[in-house]
Amino acid sequence: MKQTLITLVEDKPGVLNRVASLFRRRNFNIESLSVGKSETPGVSRMTIVANEPDSHKRGNLYFNLLKLVNVIAVKDVSSLPCISRETILVKMTIGPEQLNDLNDVIKKFGARIVDMGSESTIVEAMDEESVINKMIEAFQPFEITEIMRTGKIAMRKGKTHNISSNNINAQLDDLSWTPDHITAYQN
Amino acid sequence: MNQTQKILTGAEIIWESLVQEGVEVVFGYPGGTILPTYDALNQYRDKVHHVLVRHEQGATHMADGYARSSGKVGVAIGTSGPGATNMITGMATAILDSSPIVCITGQVPSNVIGSDAFQEVDITGAAIPVTKHSYLVTDIKDLASTIREAFFVARTGRPGPVLVDIPKDIQNESTEFVYSTDPINLPGYHLPKETNESHLQEFADMVNAAEKPVILAGHGVLLSRACKEVMDIAEKASIPIATTLLGIGGVPESHPLVLGMMGMHGESWVNHAIQDADLLIACGMRFDDRVTGTLKTYSPNSKKIHIDIDASEINKNVLVDLAVHADLGTVLRKVYPRIELSKKVDWLQTINSWHKDSQSRDIINVKSERLIGAQVIREIWKGTNGKALIVSDVGQHQMLEAQYYQHDEPRTLLTSGGLGTMGFSLPAAIGASFHEKDREIWVIVGDGSIQMMLMELATAMQENANINIAIINNGYLGMVRQWQELFYDARYAETPISSPDYVKLAEAYSISAYRVNTLENIIPTMKKAQNEKGPSLIEFIVEEHGMVFPMVPAGVGLHEMIQRPYPENGQTNTQEETVS
Ligand SMILES: Cc1ncc(C[n+]2csc(CCOP(=O)(O)OP(=O)(O)O)c2C)c(N)n1
Ligand SMILES: [Mg+2]
Repeated sequence: MKQTLITLVEDKPGVLNRVASLFRRRNFNIESLSVGKSETPGVSRMTIVANEPDSHKRGNLYFNLLKLVNVIAVKDVSSLPCISRETILVKMTIGPEQLNDLNDVIKKFGARIVDMGSESTIVEAMDEESVINKMIEAFQPFEITEIMRTGKIAMRKGKTHNISSNNINAQLDDLSWTPDHITAYQN
Repeated sequence: MNQTQKILTGAEIIWESLVQEGVEVVFGYPGGTILPTYDALNQYRDKVHHVLVRHEQGATHMADGYARSSGKVGVAIGTSGPGATNMITGMATAILDSSPIVCITGQVPSNVIGSDAFQEVDITGAAIPVTKHSYLVTDIKDLASTIREAFFVARTGRPGPVLVDIPKDIQNESTEFVYSTDPINLPGYHLPKETNESHLQEFADMVNAAEKPVILAGHGVLLSRACKEVMDIAEKASIPIATTLLGIGGVPESHPLVLGMMGMHGESWVNHAIQDADLLIACGMRFDDRVTGTLKTYSPNSKKIHIDIDASEINKNVLVDLAVHADLGTVLRKVYPRIELSKKVDWLQTINSWHKDSQSRDIINVKSERLIGAQVIREIWKGTNGKALIVSDVGQHQMLEAQYYQHDEPRTLLTSGGLGTMGFSLPAAIGASFHEKDREIWVIVGDGSIQMMLMELATAMQENANINIAIINNGYLGMVRQWQELFYDARYAETPISSPDYVKLAEAYSISAYRVNTLENIIPTMKKAQNEKGPSLIEFIVEEHGMVFPMVPAGVGLHEMIQRPYPENGQTNTQEETVS
């Protein structure tokens, strides 16, 4: 199972580089990483999707991320109730006779046509990764010439957990885990 | 807030900040992009001593040696490009051994960064995997606070190297200098806080229930200044202690509970104790592959407690039953009252019985025509009353030092453990000599390793560093030769290595030098070197094909070590040697 980590980082030059470098150096498999400004000035929020089958390496990944000086907080939300989304743009070549078929697919998946010209049609969609994958399947009869995906972004349901620097120690329980705890926590 | 408000150039701010951090000595090498800083140095001569090195790698090892011996942050300075890349090995050495150093590099001017300007290297990026953190200063207003932060990060938590890269234009600009005393604002820098009560009790319960416990003492014991705390617990509950290579000296090796070094070249009784234990208490160590052997059979029947200040080390290699993410000394102080007095006579006797067999195999008992590396180390131990600061390099001589020099005081052995950086010893000893002004310092170095940083002999001469250099010359890259002998049918590909005439070479540097071929000559020659103020060098010509045993070959368990052979012509000497 893949892991989804929501990470708060200081919005400083090179932070993305440090996170990416960590994954490469520690030989952790990263699937996607998306980052943008958060509600707090100077703080960015990242969603990292990793694919690390070994639960202990996952724990190790968590603490290595947290060890980066610019990383403020990390939360593995893989097993927590979350809204997760991915945005996709698909460019296709569509003949006039295919238009109805395309519209059916688009309707089914709640996608939108955002550009249409003589050379190409661009469709936009935002949904859970699995739905997006199914939609790409459904586009197969058309001639897909480009796909652009943002990678997953995720947000926990329910109240906002305080992430101010004073509250980092609220995570101390995560830091003093036992092997049982780590499996429960990371899975 | 600091009251003094003055307008300073960036270059002056660098020195002023170092002074504020209590820096008295820096190791560096000038060049184009760091010129403004060197120019400003002239105003700070009375406060900071600058050591001109001969290679920037040497500067980083000197800063490292200074840091390891003093517990303070060491500082290395270099120019951009090749100066900065020369520092990478030193930073890697420091991070793997948790040594606090700050490396300051000049960078090309801000307006040409990214243009492949002359001597431009993205050292801030290149340093990411070999530092705790790295900074590129982009605004002079951030300069002082960045340096302050760099020192804070380097010395707190698990110490390590930090790089600060400073473009030349920022060194030239001016701004008001304020060295803040406010708390450092690093929202992402997590130091462990209070250990929770239930963990302390669990810790104590596990110790009190154990019949065959072993303490594994690593570098963290020294870094946390927890030497006394470890001994207190060991003595109260009669727990034997095994140390890692970097843990040596953290506990007195002459103490009956201190077994010695564990791992690949650990004595057999130490490794057997670990394999046979029912509880391992890992104190500030990280279960490196050199100390565990194969993990499949590592200490199979023990429960494990791991105390470390770095959470990412816990459960990394060895899964533990109790993880304590905390400062070691603090935790041990809190656990102590809950530990019950106990004697563990059977367990200690069992370990002692393993001890006896090993003693009869001891290489010291071998009668040989040629000098043997182990004997040289043992004589150096005697000739220094076991009280010297030893800086060892990497190879067989390093392991023999760990086996045959008994360290009873903290911070008396400096060596590159994690990275195994050949060339470390000479510069690290020069660095340490700026802290250990009264202690005798001995470099123990192989003929291969000395040639990796030979150029620093000039720095030793220039600074009149009070160090004694003992070259253990076996004509080989001995440790690699040993592996070739054992695992590659003795095909010695590129391990025989020639050397210059070290005595003549030393003379060229005005360093007094001696050559020793016989056991009897060791101590008298050492006396000559010891009477010398400033550097001196002794070349010991030793047996070429010497081996370091015991040895746990790669991929097998700690208990499956290759033992020393029984000496054919040796007499069994079970008398403990002591230094007078
Ligand atoms: C910079 C570097 N290059 C290569 C090695 C691999 N290596 C480990 S020990 C060793 C031989 C060291 O030879 P010497 O200094 O003569 O010590 P000896 O083993 O002979 O005592 C080598 C080449 C290393 N550790 N560091
Ligand atoms: Mg050699």
